[in-house]
This record gives sequence, structure tokens and C-alpha cells, in this order.
Amino acid sequence: MSKLLRLDPIACDGHGLCAELFPERIRLDDWGFPIVDQRSIPPALEEHARRAVADCPKIALRLVTARTVPGER
Amino acid sequence: MTTRTTAAPAEAPHGVARLLAGMRDDGRPVGLQEHLGLHGPLVGGSGLIERVTASGLRGRGGGGFPTGTKLRAVADQRKRPFTVVNGTEGEPASRKDKALLRTVPHLVLDGALTAATAVGSREIIICIARSAARERAVLAAALAERRDKVHWRLASIPDGFVSGEETALLSALGGRAAKPTVKPPYPFERGLDNAPSLVQNAETLAHVALIARHGPGWFRSLGTETEPGTALVSLSGAVRRPGVYEIELGTPLQGLIAQAGGPSEQIDAYLVGGYFGGWTREADLRLTASSGLGAGVVVALPTATCALAETARIARYLANESAGQCGPCARGLAALAGGLEQLASGKYDDRSRLARWAQQVAGRGACHHPDGAARFVTSALATFAAETDTHLKHRRCRHRDRGVLRAAGA
Repeated sequence: MSKLLRLDPIACDGHGLCAELFPERIRLDDWGFPIVDQRSIPPALEEHARRAVADCPKIALRLVTARTVPGER
Repeated sequence: MTTRTTAAPAEAPHGVARLLAGMRDDGRPVGLQEHLGLHGPLVGGSGLIERVTASGLRGRGGGGFPTGTKLRAVADQRKRPFTVVNGTEGEPASRKDKALLRTVPHLVLDGALTAATAVGSREIIICIARSAARERAVLAAALAERRDKVHWRLASIPDGFVSGEETALLSALGGRAAKPTVKPPYPFERGLDNAPSLVQNAETLAHVALIARHGPGWFRSLGTETEPGTALVSLSGAVRRPGVYEIELGTPLQGLIAQAGGPSEQIDAYLVGGYFGGWTREADLRLTASSGLGAGVVVALPTATCALAETARIARYLANESAGQCGPCARGLAALAGGLEQLASGKYDDRSRLARWAQQVAGRGACHHPDGAARFVTSALATFAAETDTHLKHRRCRHRDRGVLRAAGA
């Protein structure tokens, strides 16, 4: 199953560690908050993604298995 | 039709005035007996979800989500759901839901009852803004007239642009601040008290009440193939008779303006879809959700006001109304407002940064507030490009901000 990074924008305080640890898929906006690439993460990059998730001080980043949500968008 | 009582079903409304068909000239609310005389008895809930799905009705709170799909998603949950009527209408330029609740309350209540029955709710919570005192009194009186087999509750929600967002609404009902939460979980799966929650806009439910009575075929006899039915529009600005109008979806903008007695002065541009919407100068634009009608707000902006100052003032309002929970929204909307203010005063050309910021904030919040605000700003910069050049060149504008775009209710 393909993996995706999901950010909780309410929990995120913009520490920016994730962008340092996983620049392939995370960059910072003009205010230092992460812009997370929504494409699925290839297995070769999964380890980087896991480190970004593990080091977030606000536990705002999660690695999830892609799923579709019925009934809502 | 599954059940039929002794009273003969009333004839389905023929014209474009469906929801507003029974509105009294004196503006007083239509009572229960009068309502039943006009629309006939409410038909039972069995098969309702299929009929609403077949009708093609979409939510009229701005999201435009297919109502039948939402009803099905809630009905399919294992736990007993709550039904929540969203009548908060936090957008300052919108008044259609309040108009509906104040004049034909039983139509909304019928829709809520039949939807609640279809999804298996025993409790219906009607949410209105704290400031909506008259609507609260009308609804309380209307509820006292009814003998329904559900528990009705009337709730007041703090006023605010985002407090009507469905997760913010459910947070407020749960005793927390009226601020959005992260999705998933979506309200249809886990909402109030962790139970599935059907949150529907007041106008949407009024349409449901009529679809229950007259069927999907009748509903589809007006509107377009993909967006059937009628919709309420809150029209303000440079027209002779501003107010709430019921239009057939797909009606050209100029048709709506004509219904309101035509322009009261020269019109420069139209804001379609309210403060989450966009600007246009195409008077033949057909009004549908896909053309940006959103929650049904249209403002005719006169030539004799400063479009940039008006836009900057609303951008500041939207920034102030951010729940402040998500960084890109809290910081980005303030930056957008500041950049627009600089442009409006002709002090500084920040257009390249404004474009980048608008792109950066879109889609970055727990709710759609930043997306909508970014769309509003981007559209203003495109539509008023020539005015912007003039402001920067002359450092002033021929017109002052007349406050056509209202930044707070009333």
C-alpha cells in the first residue's frame, strides 16, 4: 500500500525540523510552516519520511496508508 | 409516496418561487396550519434518501456536496446519529437562511424532521447565531406548534465567520470553542458526542421538505441537468431592490439583477459566491454552484466606490475572522490583507508576493477558510488589475470606500 504524509495543521507550530529531515517532500512557506507534498512516498524515501514524523516536536506529522473517504471531500 | 393522510396533498409549486412560495407580504412567519394548507402534509421518511439522491440536490451552505450522498453516509453508520440544522449563516453579506427561518420556519423544520427520520436520528439540534434574536423567537414559537416524535433543541452559536463551518459548529455544541477541527474524522462518521452527525444547511433542508412531498422529477423540472432546482440568493449592492431572491439555477446574472429592479447606479463588477467567491464582469454568467455561486451571495459593486479599498477591508476582516489555529491561515491572511492595503493606498506594489502568498495559503488549513480568502484576493487582483495600476501611478483613487461590501452583520 502506498504511504502518504498527513499534517495536522492545528497541531503544527512551524518548528521546521521536518523540512530539514525530508526536503524531498517537505518545504517551508514564507512563515516557516511546512508545505507537504501530497504525492505518495516511494519505498526508497520511506525512511526519511519516518524520521521527519518521529522528530516532530508537536507530533503533527503522520505517515498513513492512502485511503479514500466516502461521502465527503 | 409512502404515507398519505386524510388531507389532500397540496399542488406542487409551479413557478420559480418554491421555498418562498408561501412567504407572507407582511413578513410575519407562516404558522403551522397555514404551512400545511400551502404545502400539504409531510410525507413519511421511507425512500427519502433515494429520492433526494435522484433529485440531484446539492448542499446550499457553500460546499455544494450532494445531499443524498451525505444522507446515505450518515444512515450507514452503526451508531444513532444526531441531525443538526445549520442556520448560523456567518457570512455578513448572506441573509437567505435567516430569511427562510424567519418567514417559513416549518419548511426547514419539515426538512430536518424527514431527513432525521431517514437517517434514524431521535434528536434534532437547530443552530442559529447568537445575534439572531428574531429567528430564535420565531423558531421557538414554531416548535411549540408541532407535535413531532423527535427531540428538538434550539442552540445559539457564537457569531463569527467560521463558527458555522460544520466541525466548528459541532465543537460549539460540544461545549468547546466554535473552531474547526482536523478531518478525518468527518462529522458523518464521528461528530457530536462522537456520534455520526448529519449537518445540513437550513435552505438545503427546505428543499428536502419539498422533494419529500413532490418528488425528484418535480425538483428537476427547474435548473440545469447537473445542478437542478432553485436556489436562494442574497443580493446586495447597486440594485434597486436588494434582498433575498429565489432563482432557477443557471439563471444569468443579468436576469437576477433585472428581478431586483435593475441597477441603481452604474455597476463595475459583480462578486459571486461571497467572500469565498470571485469577481466577474460577465453579466451573462449563469449562476450555478460550479460557476461559483457558493452559498448564494451576489454583490453588485458600483463604479463609484474604490474596489481595491473594499477588497482590502474584507481581506482584513477575513484575516481577523481566522480561528488562528493553523499557521498558514493565521499568518498568511494577515499578510494578504496588509499587501492589499498597501496597494489600495498606492504606497507599495506587493503584487508578486501577494500572488505567491495566495498560492501558499490555499488548502493549508483544517477548514476551507484560507482557500476561500485566497480565492477572493486572487480574483480581485485579476479583475481590478487596471485599477491597481492607477492606484500605484497616482497614489490615489477617484473614489472612496463606500462600504458596499459589508464586513459585519446587520
